[in-house]
Amino acid sequence: MTANGILQIGIFMGLLLLLAKPFGGYMARIYEGDLPGFVRWFAPVERLLYRSCGIPPEDEMRWTRYAGAMAWFALLSVLAVYALQRLQGHLPLDPQHFGAVSPDSSFNTAISFMTNTNWQGYAGESTMSYLTQMLGLAVQNFLSAAAGMAVAIALIRGFARRTTETIGNFWVDMTRSILYILLPISLVLAVVLVGQGVIQNFAPYRTVALTDPVTYGQPQVGPAGNAVEDALGHPLIKQVTTDTQTIAMGPVASQEAIKELGTNGGGFFNANSAHPFENPTPLSNFLEMGAILLIPVALTYTFGRMVGDTRQGWAILGAMAILFAVGLATAEHYEQAGNPAFAALGVDQRASSLQPGGNMEGKEARFGIVNSALWATVTTATSCGAVNSMHDSYTPLGGLVPMALMQLGEVVFGGVGSGLFGMLVYAVIAVFIAGLMIGRTPEYLGKKIEAFDIKMASLVILIPPLLILGFTAIAVLLPSGQAGTLNPGAHGFSEILYAFSEGAANNGSAFAGLSANTPFYNLTIGLDMFFGRLWLMVPVLALAGSLAAKKRIPPGVGTMATHTPLFIALLVGTVILVGALTFVPADSLGPIVEHLNMIGAH
Amino acid sequence: MWKELRPAIIIFLVLSLITGIVYPALVTGIAQGLFPNRANGSLLVRGGKAIGSRLIGQAFSDPRYFWGRPSDTSPIPYDATASGGSNLGPTNPALIDAVKSRIATLRAADPGNDLPIPVDLVTASGSGLDPDISPAAALYQVPRVARARGLDPASVARLVRAHVTSRQFGLLGEPRVNVLELNLALDALRK
Repeated sequence: MTANGILQIGIFMGLLLLLAKPFGGYMARIYEGDLPGFVRWFAPVERLLYRSCGIPPEDEMRWTRYAGAMAWFALLSVLAVYALQRLQGHLPLDPQHFGAVSPDSSFNTAISFMTNTNWQGYAGESTMSYLTQMLGLAVQNFLSAAAGMAVAIALIRGFARRTTETIGNFWVDMTRSILYILLPISLVLAVVLVGQGVIQNFAPYRTVALTDPVTYGQPQVGPAGNAVEDALGHPLIKQVTTDTQTIAMGPVASQEAIKELGTNGGGFFNANSAHPFENPTPLSNFLEMGAILLIPVALTYTFGRMVGDTRQGWAILGAMAILFAVGLATAEHYEQAGNPAFAALGVDQRASSLQPGGNMEGKEARFGIVNSALWATVTTATSCGAVNSMHDSYTPLGGLVPMALMQLGEVVFGGVGSGLFGMLVYAVIAVFIAGLMIGRTPEYLGKKIEAFDIKMASLVILIPPLLILGFTAIAVLLPSGQAGTLNPGAHGFSEILYAFSEGAANNGSAFAGLSANTPFYNLTIGLDMFFGRLWLMVPVLALAGSLAAKKRIPPGVGTMATHTPLFIALLVGTVILVGALTFVPADSLGPIVEHLNMIGAH
Repeated sequence: MWKELRPAIIIFLVLSLITGIVYPALVTGIAQGLFPNRANGSLLVRGGKAIGSRLIGQAFSDPRYFWGRPSDTSPIPYDATASGGSNLGPTNPALIDAVKSRIATLRAADPGNDLPIPVDLVTASGSGLDPDISPAAALYQVPRVARARGLDPASVARLVRAHVTSRQFGLLGEPRVNVLELNLALDALRK
């Protein structure tokens, strides 16, 4: 990698780590109800909100009620987003007159945005009205992120509290996440992004005159809307010349900011953050990547603060950082190395002061290799899934990095909230394994880990692989599953495996060559996302309830310290072991076979 | 059930109103006040007519102009109502064929030029709307553009160098050349 590349990455990660303590501390105070002075003036508004909704904020919930509230809220979200898409033709702010979205696509998108996945089978600028984007999709960017944060805080309370039945109030945790964390930061970020060139308007699409007219081949369409073919069965193409270009508009910046901050990732436009109107400059790119990682990184400090031992939070952050660094170095290396097939054609892929070089298919000139591979690692280490380059066109091992990060269960930083609770579940498994080795009852943060806790943790670890591998197996066996792949051979298999990996992991990025806007994929990926979210959150809340009810035992001589480098190594080892044992066979059939094909051919 | 559902419905509506109406309206108001040109697409206007956006690339194929990144939007290249990349995998024969044909087009338009072709000039961008190319890709095209316009190659190369956007703050992103702005400057040069 180039010296400038290392510097860009170093400054980016350095700034984030510096923000972890002040911002993580701020979040801890918000959730403990100890509002800092500069936001305390807003507390009356918050109280008014609870009163008008009939929510007593002091009303503590047991885990079952907490999970019930979350489930009701998820159901309402799905219904609202589905209805908005189906009815958008009759609602305002639809200047392009798109009309209703199909039922199966609406179902998939409603699940996708409720679960914080933000997988997109549709192309935003040719499907969704401004109202649907704003009142349906962007609202879910806030609400699903807030729900994830609430569940993480509930789990933290499970560790922090002792001998109590309750883990907090879902409505209060969620409302505070929005009012004090997500909304103010989004507002500032959105305005800064407009300053860089991200658009924010409600205008109809603009038509501009071209300097050099474009001639293109337009497939001929018969009277019934069917493609016309010649005697040999080839589609008839008519050459057409145009001297105008139509440019999509919309309220993009407001959605862009929360899309990154809430690790949602659903683009306003089809090309997502590769689109110059979503991500116009290197600075907008830097800020958007920072917004993706900010909350997941800082929540580790929030965790340490709330359980009364900040070293515990740093240990979790350390384990995440190690896994992240390995993924990043791999992706950067293979993307910069480029495509051997291009080299054979006499194409110059060397990095120099005049060009980024490397594998530029699917990447933007302003981001080059360094910021594309960094973004790909950031967006899949977290459960964001926004992309600034097309992962489907990555080199086989460069593309394996995002896939593997999702398959590890989105615990390397992870989604806002969901990443932290996922990693804490792995920590429970790690102390359990250590306990088995020395024959003692495992404990974590003074809580005895018992049979019920391990059952819940095991569910969280086992459900995603079951979904990913199960649905992939079904898709490759059925004609309607096979029909979707764009690329032949091993890469086509990778497209399917990637789709179900991102779904269960609630990531939402894609090997986008897969034609997934079909009833088969809309249904299967929809279910994949749904179970990958709610079937994890319920056992996590059950674990939180079980932990909260336990006594807190003081550490004894036989207690394993969980803030040491030894524990970090054990935690990293557990994540890799579980992930590798589960996914090596499947990944071998996709990216690894393709890599061997690629280097074998040259 | 109603006891739990009622607050859920009300708070859902209230939070939707705040984050789905008030928030985007507020951002729009501030954006239109502070950065009206950028909030509306960074449009370039010549003689009262919009001739493109500084941020959205256009398809150039005339040898007298610099060409941008190949665009895989379909069927019109650089279709700014249908953004997207090719999504072709690295070992897909269709990708290799596409690169071969782009190389052939570049070579045919500039027969004497045997320099290695910069990779970004033969690979499709992620958005299909990339407004930029690398400085290497611009300099590679100087001989063709100079000959087609009857200009001195050294003066065209100078124009390219003057249009290089360096890394932001000298640090972030990659050096690049905005193709539309460079071509507009070329046309202005002739007059």
